[in-house]
Amino acid sequence: MDLLASIFVDPFLRMAGNPTFLTQVVWEGFVSGILYALVALGFVLIYKASGVFNFAQGIMMVFAALALVGLAEMGMPAWGALVAAVGVMLILAIGIERLVLRPLVNQPDIILLMATIGLTRFLVGLGEMVFGGEPKVMITEGLGIPTGVVRVPLFGKFLILKEIDITAAVVAVLMVGFLAVFFARTKIGRALRAVADDHQAALSVGISLERIWVIVWFAAGIVALVTGIMWGARSQVSFDLEVIALKALPVLILGGFTSVPGAIVGGLVIGIGEKVGEIYWGRLLGGGIESWLAYLIALGFLLYRPQGLFGEKIIERV
Amino acid sequence: MFKPMALAFSVASTLAVVLPAVPAQAEDSLYVPLLTYRTGPYAGSGIGIADGMHDYLEMLNQRDGGIGGVKIAIEECETGYNSQKGVECYEATKGKGALVYNPWSTGITLQLIPKAGVDKIPVLSMAYGLSAAADGKTFPWVFNPPMTYWDGASVAVKYIGGKEGGLAKLKGKTIGFIYLDAPYGKEPIPLLEDLAKEYGFKLMKYPVPGDKMQDQSSQWLNVQSDSPDWMIMWGWGAMNPTAVKEAAKIGYPMDHFIGVWFSGGDDDAKAGGAGAKGFLTLNFNGTGAGYPALADIKKYVVAKGLSQVKGDDRVGENNYNHGVYNSMLIAEAIRNAQKIAGKKMVDAADVRAGLETLNIDAARIEAMGLKDFMAPMKVTCDDHSGENSVYVQQWDGAKWTKVSDWIEPMKDKIRPMLVADAKAYADKNAPWPARTEACGGR
Repeated sequence: MDLLASIFVDPFLRMAGNPTFLTQVVWEGFVSGILYALVALGFVLIYKASGVFNFAQGIMMVFAALALVGLAEMGMPAWGALVAAVGVMLILAIGIERLVLRPLVNQPDIILLMATIGLTRFLVGLGEMVFGGEPKVMITEGLGIPTGVVRVPLFGKFLILKEIDITAAVVAVLMVGFLAVFFARTKIGRALRAVADDHQAALSVGISLERIWVIVWFAAGIVALVTGIMWGARSQVSFDLEVIALKALPVLILGGFTSVPGAIVGGLVIGIGEKVGEIYWGRLLGGGIESWLAYLIALGFLLYRPQGLFGEKIIERV
Repeated sequence: MFKPMALAFSVASTLAVVLPAVPAQAEDSLYVPLLTYRTGPYAGSGIGIADGMHDYLEMLNQRDGGIGGVKIAIEECETGYNSQKGVECYEATKGKGALVYNPWSTGITLQLIPKAGVDKIPVLSMAYGLSAAADGKTFPWVFNPPMTYWDGASVAVKYIGGKEGGLAKLKGKTIGFIYLDAPYGKEPIPLLEDLAKEYGFKLMKYPVPGDKMQDQSSQWLNVQSDSPDWMIMWGWGAMNPTAVKEAAKIGYPMDHFIGVWFSGGDDDAKAGGAGAKGFLTLNFNGTGAGYPALADIKKYVVAKGLSQVKGDDRVGENNYNHGVYNSMLIAEAIRNAQKIAGKKMVDAADVRAGLETLNIDAARIEAMGLKDFMAPMKVTCDDHSGENSVYVQQWDGAKWTKVSDWIEPMKDKIRPMLVADAKAYADKNAPWPARTEACGGR
C-alpha cells in the first residue's frame, strides 16, 4: 500500500505542495528538451534530404563549438571566430558531399551509416589534433551571451533562471522558426522537400542533388554550432558533449525521423518527462533514472505509433 | 576511385583511434608505461595528470640521468578512461619489461587487480581504485598510497564534524553525496553509510550518470529540494565544473561543498566563475609551481620542448601536481627497489618490494625538492595505502589555498572494514591466491 502511495499519491502531493519547485523542474526540462530538439533537428534535416542517419551529428556539434573556441584562442575576435566557424562548417559540408556522399550514392543505407561512423572517428581525431583534447570555456562574454542568474518571485518563493538557459530557449525558438520558414517559403526549401519526397522525381525537374546535400549538411552544421555554443556555455566545450547526441535518439523515435515539428515536440516531451520523472519518482528506483527513462517514454509511444508522433506512416502492401 | 578512398579513410581513422602506438623498448633502461588519457570525455582531468607524470620522470632523465644512473623509458598509452582500452594497453606493454602500472581509472584498476599477481607486475593506483586493496596480505601486488577513497571520505566527515563543533553534533544533520555513477564514484558509499549510522546524520545520494555529466539540473534540483547541510562530491572530468556551476546557480553555500582530491582541478573551479569562490576539496599534494622539483621540470623539460604541457603556467596546476606526485612514488619505489636488490636494473618484482617498504620522510621530501609539497608518507606490508593524511583546500576565485592542517583518516574504523572487504573480495573471486611473497621481498 505504501509503495502504491509513493508512486500514485506522494509525487502529486509534492507537486501541489510546492508549485514553484514544480515550475522550476518543468523549466529545467524545457531547456534540456529544446536543446535535445536542436540536436534532433540536425538528424532530421539530413535524414529528410539524403536518407542518411547521420551518426556524426553529435561530433559535428563538438567540432563546431571547438572550432569557435579554438579560433578565438588563436587570437580571433569572438564574432570573427563565429563567422570563421560557420565557414568551417561550410567546408565540412562540401567535403562530406564530395568525399563521402557522392561516391556512395545509391549504396545501401547501412553503408552510408557506416560512412558517418567513420566520419565521427575522423572528426574526433581531427578536432583533437587541431584544437587539443582538453576542455575549453565557451566564449560567452565575447559573444554577448549573459551568464548571470535571474530570480523570479512565484507563489511566494523564487524561481531561479540562468540567463544562459533563457538565451538558449530564445535562440532555439528563433532557429526553429527560421528553419520552418526556410523549408516552407524559399525556393531552396521547396527543392529540399522535393528531394526528401522523391530523389528521382526531383532530379527529373532539374534539382541538383549534390547542391541540396551541401545545403542540408551545412544547415545541420549551423544547427550543430548553435547547439554546441549553448551546451558548451552551460558546462564546457569538450568531447563528452558528443554523448548528448544520444539523447536525440529517443527524441527521434518519439517525433519521427522525418518531422521537424516532431523533433521539437519530441525534444520537449523527453526533456520535461525525464526531469519530472527523475525528481518525483527517481528516488523510488535509487536515482539516476533519467538516462534510461527517455528511452522508456519513447518505447511507450512506439507501441501506439511506430512511425513516431509526426512521422510518415509507411504502408507496404504485399 | 573515391569509393576505395572512402573505405580506406574509414578504416584508417578507426584504427588510428583503437591501436595504441607502441615503440620499441631498450634493454638498458627502466621501462615505465603510463596509462593516460589525453582524449575523450575525461581528458579535462587526464591531460594535466599525464603531463605531470611524464614531465617528472623526464626531468629525472634530463637532470640525473634517470634513477640510479639508469634512464627511464617512458611510454604513454592512451586509454580514453575506457576499461577495455586500458586492458589493451596493459596487454600490449606488459611483455616489454613493465615495472609498474598506473591505471588512472578505478574501472581499469579493477580489471588489472586479478592480473597483477599472475603477471607479477605491481599496480599502483594512487589514491584511487579498490579501497580494500590496501590490505597487503590479500593484495600483495596492488598499492593505493597515500590513502584510499574511504580514508578521504572519513576526512571529509571529520572536517564537517570539526566545523559543526564535533562529530557528535552531526546527529540530525543531512550530508548530500553527489557522485559519478561509476565504480569510482560509488567506492566511498559503504564507508559513508557506515558513518551515517554511527554519527546519526542522514546521507542523501545523488548519482550522476555518465551521460548526464554536462546536464546535472535534476541532481541539483533534488539538492535544492532536500537542502542538505553539507555536500560531498566524488566527481571526475566534465562532472566537476558542471557541478560547481549548478551549485553556484542554486545558491548552495560553496564553503559547505567538499570535493574529493580529484574534483579539485583548477579548470573545475575556474568554470564556476565568481560563484565558485569558497569551494572546498581534499588534497594530498601542494598546488602551484613554487617547489624546486617543479622549477627543475620547467628548466630541464618544458624549456627544452620535451613536454606536451600547454604553457609554462599549467605547470603547478592541481591535476599536473597529482601527476608529479604519482611519478614521484614510481621513482622512489624504483630507487628503493635498487637499494633492496643491490642492482641498478630492477624488475617488476623488485619494484613491488620497493613499493611495499616505501618510507618517504621529511628529509627525503626536502632532498627531492618537494618540501611542503606533501606530508611524510609510509607504506607497509600489511597496509598498502598507508592511510596517510590529507588537507582541505579552498578556491579563492583564482587559486587554491590550504585551509586546514593535515587531517588523519579514521584509521580505527576504516582498517577493519578494509580487511573485511578484502576478505569478501577474495571469497567472491575464489580461489584467490594466498600471499607467498616475503614482506618487502620477492
